[in-house]
Amino acid sequence: MMPSASRLIAMIIAALPAATVAQTLAPYAISGDGIPDSLTGQPGDATRGLALVLARSSTCILCHSGPFPEARFQGDLAPTLAGAGSRSTPAQLRLRLVDASSINPETIMPSYYRIDGFARVGSAWRDKPILSAEQIEDIVAYLASLRE
Amino acid sequence: MMRRALFVLALLGAALPAAAGEIAPSERRSGYDFMSSDTKAMQDDDTANPGMLSVLDGDTLWNTKAGAANKSCSDCHGDVSVSMKGATARYPAFNATSATPIDLGQRVNLCRTQHQEAAPLAPESSELLALTALIAKQSRGMPIIAGDDARLATSIARGRELFFQREGQLNIACSNCHDDNADRHLAGSAITQGQPTGYPIYRLEWQGMGSLQRRIRGCMTGVRAQAFDFDAADMIALELYLMSRAHGMKMDAPAVRP
Repeated sequence: MMPSASRLIAMIIAALPAATVAQTLAPYAISGDGIPDSLTGQPGDATRGLALVLARSSTCILCHSGPFPEARFQGDLAPTLAGAGSRSTPAQLRLRLVDASSINPETIMPSYYRIDGFARVGSAWRDKPILSAEQIEDIVAYLASLRE
Repeated sequence: MMRRALFVLALLGAALPAAAGEIAPSERRSGYDFMSSDTKAMQDDDTANPGMLSVLDGDTLWNTKAGAANKSCSDCHGDVSVSMKGATARYPAFNATSATPIDLGQRVNLCRTQHQEAAPLAPESSELLALTALIAKQSRGMPIIAGDDARLATSIARGRELFFQREGQLNIACSNCHDDNADRHLAGSAITQGQPTGYPIYRLEWQGMGSLQRRIRGCMTGVRAQAFDFDAADMIALELYLMSRAHGMKMDAPAVRP
């Protein structure tokens, strides 16, 4: 007997490689203009955060400059990161990293912890956030330490 | 009352493009304008411009018989400096057979398949880049007039829509950089307005020649979008919009770019 169409579809879905299944994001709660709680439940590591900010794959310094003269090519599309920890609370920094467009829909700052509402995402990046929850927390810890 | 509201809405709609940050015609600058004096000097001197090597290859191909028809380009078109003068400034152009715009590379390949009865040249192949570089050089100093044909209006509109559409994991539109931030720097590199005056170009970063399609694909991958396939309808529409956006600017192919 022929398997039913719905059974066939279920078999096909089960056979799909895990990579095609959307990653689930850690839930978070926005309060005011920030996300008060760590995405991982743990504080981030500021040293790892600096390394992430300087890594080209994180994309931060394509647009931002900051207090790290060792980085040769820094962008000027966005405000300097120097003093970020004096201007913003960790909760505000966290929301700006997670989804800056929720604060300003016109911003060109990518949403680093969002996977929906994008057009034509390349297959290598589809259904994945730009940064993991752990990476966001490390960067929040680093930026919060930048005080003037 | 209702009519007045509609009128105001129409006015707002008419005002929108300017509000979106499009570059005024008098403010347009070629990529050449953003370059260092060293790179400008390299482009300006034909004996130093690496793109001229591709032009020389193109000149050989222009005069080489090919395909089952055993014809060269020059057998039909004669002297390239006469027959192709200004041609590139019109491309992408409307092709009546397909009722779509086609770019210069596609035009060359139509000649190959229809008149030379030869296999089309692959996108970004050195042969196709050489022939298009040779042909584009014949439009040096001439104003871009692509898009003047009324039959291209829907395709230009589609290209414009794509230019303003955010895309990719980074969720950034062409216009976010090339209209709104063209005077700034991405990781230390000048962004430029994206005026395609000099394609195919010799790009120092590539250490080689490349078409506007290759350049667009590079930007799309940069914002982590799925790049359009070579010669896809949306790719041609975006090329066409960019050329129409540069209407009246002077061509400088084969250009050198960083």
